[in-house]
Amino acid sequence: MAIIELRALAKSFRVYQKREGLAASLRGLLRRQYRYVQAVRGIDLDVEHGEFVAFLGPNGAGKTTTLKLLSGVIHPTSGSARVMGYVPWKRENAYRRRFALVMGQKNQLWWDLPAQESFRLHQQIYRLAPDAFRRTRDELADLLAVRALMAQPVRELSLGERMKMELIAALLHSPDVLFLDEPTIGLDVVAQHRIQQFLKYYQAERRVTILLTSHYMKDVAALCRRVVIIAQGDVQYDGSLDGIRDAFSGSKIVTLQLSEDERLDGWEAFGEVLEIQPPRVKLRILRSEVPRVLASILATRAVEDVAVEDPPLEEALAEMFTRVGQPAPQDAESPVDAVELAKGIA
Amino acid sequence: MIARALTCWTILRITLEERLVYRGDFALATLMRFLPIITQIFLWWAVFESIGDGSRSGGTIAGYRFENMVAYYLLTMITRAFSSMPGLASGIARQIRDGEVKKYLVQPVDMLGFLLLSRLAHKLAYYSVALLPFGFVFYLTRGFFVDGWPEPGVLAAFVLSLMLAFLLGFFLEASFGLIGFWFLEVTSLLFIYMLLSFFLSGHMFPLDLLPSPWNQLVDLLPLKYLAYFPAAVFLGKVQGADLTRGLVVQVGWVVLFAVAARVMWSRGVRRYSGFGG
Repeated sequence: MAIIELRALAKSFRVYQKREGLAASLRGLLRRQYRYVQAVRGIDLDVEHGEFVAFLGPNGAGKTTTLKLLSGVIHPTSGSARVMGYVPWKRENAYRRRFALVMGQKNQLWWDLPAQESFRLHQQIYRLAPDAFRRTRDELADLLAVRALMAQPVRELSLGERMKMELIAALLHSPDVLFLDEPTIGLDVVAQHRIQQFLKYYQAERRVTILLTSHYMKDVAALCRRVVIIAQGDVQYDGSLDGIRDAFSGSKIVTLQLSEDERLDGWEAFGEVLEIQPPRVKLRILRSEVPRVLASILATRAVEDVAVEDPPLEEALAEMFTRVGQPAPQDAESPVDAVELAKGIA
Repeated sequence: MIARALTCWTILRITLEERLVYRGDFALATLMRFLPIITQIFLWWAVFESIGDGSRSGGTIAGYRFENMVAYYLLTMITRAFSSMPGLASGIARQIRDGEVKKYLVQPVDMLGFLLLSRLAHKLAYYSVALLPFGFVFYLTRGFFVDGWPEPGVLAAFVLSLMLAFLLGFFLEASFGLIGFWFLEVTSLLFIYMLLSFFLSGHMFPLDLLPSPWNQLVDLLPLKYLAYFPAAVFLGKVQGADLTRGLVVQVGWVVLFAVAARVMWSRGVRRYSGFGG
């Protein structure tokens, strides 16, 4: 049985609709106008024990809302969810002792006190035996190389050090399920890497189930075999990281190194011109067309070198996000409708 | 049970440590409490001099001689040290607005219980530091307590009403803070409450100076139990059946606001998780 199970989970928020101008503001004092925003619309998802799943998606796609639903902070408008058999928004203590939520932008340590005091508080809140608590704490602190900093007030720590402390605080009670909302946001490359390494090791060692949201593809590439793309409040893709490219980008990037006297015009005939920087021309060409188009280029133009590449993953994602963000174009010129394709695969 | 006590103890200790981080601010805040009372004493000095036979110890106002009046202010200083909760309501409202309140939803810890314990810790820290200056001031001003120490029964009632004043102050302010679940900005509401509380709790002047019908109105409000009532108990102004009745009513207010805060919390959380998050 799946450890996390979402069925048609939906959440809409009511937001106050403020009109422009003073008169409208005054009217708003008497009668407020609300608008409903569908943050999550009917997500179905199963996560098995020990999986490390990444949630990807543009800002406002519903990733954080989903994590909030799963950690019981908010309750859904409709649909159901079970985590380890618990309904999260019932907030039973038995459930709350078995998961943790870490939000990269929120701080839950005591600002003025050393982190070890916050840890001790967690020991009490989660009723941890002193020995086990000390062992876990020191082990985590060693893994993250912050043992010497535990006695320093949190406010004096760098962002990266603080994040590591946050992670320790969240893991002290050895949760079975961990929700990480952008844990590496704003961190430098070194700290980011360290946290990635730590999470990778910890997850492999403890077989915990982790859901992670991040905007850094590096996080995702390093950690998660399974990627769930959420956009417009719905699952658009569920599969491997490499699969994203195949799913969303039906084209290849062809870079041509031209001979010095070759013409720079007329390239539109072969494909979408991305860039002309003499003597180089970059084209986007439909994957299935590549052999044919390339042959015809080589037959008619003077080319010194050719490179055919997949478009970068970020680009494939960005393309997909923009498309989902807009009303689906009916007569789009783009050869592959990413959304449709994604749905087909998901 | 033991685990629970240990949790409480840890919360107490950690909040105490947090309180003592800013020693300078803490010491200053403790000492500053004595400043306003000096102006009050001079004010009443002038008032008493202008009535009666021209000396400040001649006349009485509503049964208060000058000495009683000063004793009253010194005592309200103590009661306020129990019942005032600086930053509690605004802190709760801020946590709701910032979403920090999530912590109490995700972790197996009760917000009101946690805050109550940390307030207790703040107060304990405050008393331990303030004991010396308070003792010194009361030693200097012992002449104003013309009737000497009250009898043990009254003293016990005084201590009890101080404890209740602490609880009442906590739950009252917590309830105000929890309004933040419904209105994002509660600053002006709190300002009005503080202002009313200043007048109607007896912090500004003894409430029995108020003419009818104001004194009856004040009697119906919980605010007088924050400052006036314990001081009046100490000064022997509330006795016998009135004293018992007063304490019972004070307990009633504590229970009422404890329940109110509890209900507001659970409804607020339901609303928060329904709309916000």
